Amino acid sequence: MQSLGSIRRDFAPWNDQAAKPYIVFDQVTKRFGDFTAVNNLSLSIYEREFFALLGASGCGKSTLLRMLAGFEEPTSGRILLDGQDLRGIPPYRRPVNMMFQSYALFPHMSVEANIAFGLKQEGMEASKIAERVAEMLKLVKLEQFAKRKPHQLSGGQRQRVALARSVAKRPKVLLLDEPLGALDKKLREETQFELMDLQQKLGLTFVVVTHDQEEAMTMADRIAIIDKGEVMQVATPAEVYEAPGSRFVANFVGNVNMFEGTVTARDASGASIDGDSGISIRTENAGDAQAGAKIAYAVRPEKIKVSSRPPMDIDSNAAEGEVYDIAYFGDMTVYYVKLGNGLVVKAASLNSARLTDDPLTWNDRAWISFKPDSGVVLTR
Amino acid sequence: MSNAAFSQSASHAGTDTGLGTRIVRAVAARLVIAVPYIWLLLFFLIPFVIVFKISLSQTAIAMPPYVPVLDFSEGVGGFLASLREFSIDNYLWLTEDALYFNAYVSSLTIAGISTILTLLVGYPIAYGMARAPASLRPILLMLVILPFWTSFLIRVYAWIGILKPEGLLNQLLLTIGVIDQPLIIMNTHTAIFIGIVYSYLPFMVLPLYSALEKMDYSLIEAAQDLGCPPTSAFWKITFPLSLPGVVAGCLLVFIPAVGEFVIPDLLGGSQTLMIGKTLWNEFFANRDWPVSSAVAVILLLLLVVPIVLFQNAQARAQEQGR
Ligand SMILES: Nc1ncnc2c1ncn2[C@@H]1O[C@H](COP(=O)(O)OP(=O)(O)OP(=O)(O)O)[C@@H](O)[C@H]1O
Ligand SMILES: [Mg+2]
Repeated sequence: MQSLGSIRRDFAPWNDQAAKPYIVFDQVTKRFGDFTAVNNLSLSIYEREFFALLGASGCGKSTLLRMLAGFEEPTSGRILLDGQDLRGIPPYRRPVNMMFQSYALFPHMSVEANIAFGLKQEGMEASKIAERVAEMLKLVKLEQFAKRKPHQLSGGQRQRVALARSVAKRPKVLLLDEPLGALDKKLREETQFELMDLQQKLGLTFVVVTHDQEEAMTMADRIAIIDKGEVMQVATPAEVYEAPGSRFVANFVGNVNMFEGTVTARDASGASIDGDSGISIRTENAGDAQAGAKIAYAVRPEKIKVSSRPPMDIDSNAAEGEVYDIAYFGDMTVYYVKLGNGLVVKAASLNSARLTDDPLTWNDRAWISFKPDSGVVLTR
Repeated sequence: MSNAAFSQSASHAGTDTGLGTRIVRAVAARLVIAVPYIWLLLFFLIPFVIVFKISLSQTAIAMPPYVPVLDFSEGVGGFLASLREFSIDNYLWLTEDALYFNAYVSSLTIAGISTILTLLVGYPIAYGMARAPASLRPILLMLVILPFWTSFLIRVYAWIGILKPEGLLNQLLLTIGVIDQPLIIMNTHTAIFIGIVYSYLPFMVLPLYSALEKMDYSLIEAAQDLGCPPTSAFWKITFPLSLPGVVAGCLLVFIPAVGEFVIPDLLGGSQTLMIGKTLWNEFFANRDWPVSSAVAVILLLLLVVPIVLFQNAQARAQEQGR
């Protein structure tokens, strides 16, 4: 039996009817004046989950976190934490810590003092505080910067201090607002794995805001795609990528080829689609689309094969066109193939060998082809 | 400082090719720096030297009322002879008569207490202004500055009308029935405190406001997020970050308050001893210019030395990273 790949196979409380969600947004709306930042949004997040909020700038991600942390109250709706309604509970009494998008480091305190701040509030013993601070500094690799003030650090270093400060208290829920945005690629990847490690080790619940989809995909158990204050889809990274629920999600996450069309026939094994662009498509993943429905067929570039010859496999969907543009990335090459009626299809091919026996260049005739299970039908 | 600026401008000019532009730039750079120095020289240092000179002279029934008067009519010899007449007798005199010592101490005390009171009144005002909606802030700023539009003297006189035994305040309190005897505020230290706090409040509020307004509110949120209740967040975050404003405001109030003359004279009555009044008396009542000059020089030293030390310390702290 084939299935979508998943990273933590043993962890899927969202599929368990008996599991109780840890954080619940229940029909939450937040308005600033007459501007609706969050619109009747409902979400459930489970204990020990690594949950990502993914969306374009200004879609309301930070507002969601701020409501959870207690800096904003929802205009309507409820937010529950472990079954308790959070309304009216001030931020300093919520078992939630936040890493701020702007870092919000205390400029008059050293790195050390910043990290120790929350622990001191708890009334932790001095020796234990020192121990925890050292541990945190090690985690974010800032041991030699302990005595510096925030303005003597680089942007990335400040971000790491902010991270260390928010993790130091080991809160039940850690909210991270764009935690890794200022780090360079290598450090970001390292820190991503460290964050995941930390979350596993400490058994914390993480809610992380990001507009970097790779980051969300790498770290999160589930991703909520947010658009204009509304949830578009909540699913595991693999589901979001391979089974997007709507055109918006398919477009938002990764690259996609979208064939608008009409379902001409529907049967148990799938559907036949008449593409508006002239291509006819046979798919095994038709969802609930009925014959006659206007739909979009979405297929990812890496699932499309490009070749100078027509495909051997007669089951495949295929179309002929002309190589319009080529983008070479080293590990793979993306071919832009213009079909007869002008639709440009992206096909990514992995450069698994250094040399190819079927070289394609600009303006060559080329065939694109993809299997019936490569794409999905989107009705929304 | 001027050296550093000059070498900077010189190295900058070095990248240019034209000799003419280089000279013009170097001169211009020096001039820009020179302007405040010339200003200080003309309006601070020279007058100070004159006052200092008078403080070393002796009173005389003459015009001007002191000797020696430096003049060259009797040639260089006469000039040198007159130099020999300088003495520090006036300074010694200040130590002999307890009046001066008491006046200094009393001035510093009154100024110190007034400064603290002004801070206590000004801080909440500045805080409220900084947290007010951005559209309201210019109006609030205007309101703080508004009293400057009437004469200082008139405003202090107005306080007499409010504070005197049959004044507005007592009438109000008597009518409400809070008191049945008029409060004696006029001609007490309380009146001076009220006068100074009222008059110098804008000088406290403005620097405090500018320090508080710059502060990022998310710092308070971060503190609260880490478990810090609002009051404690104020003392741990807001107040330390507003310290530059506190210091600037306190200096702006304290320094003029020490030498304040009008307020103690009008509101404090005859028994308050402040150095400003002493100085005025020496100068106008006793026509003893040399002693009053000595009083002024000591006052200046009392104020300038600690301020310079303080500023040095602050500059050093700033170099080390705030
Ligand atoms: N205090 C506020 N008053 C008015 N509008 C606000 C306020 N806070 C946020 N908004 C608006 O609400 C919307 C959502 O803001 P939010 O900060 O949640 O966006 P975001 O998804 O975090 O974006 P980004 O990725 O850029 O951080 C924005 O359009 C913003 O202008
Ligand atoms: Mg944001």
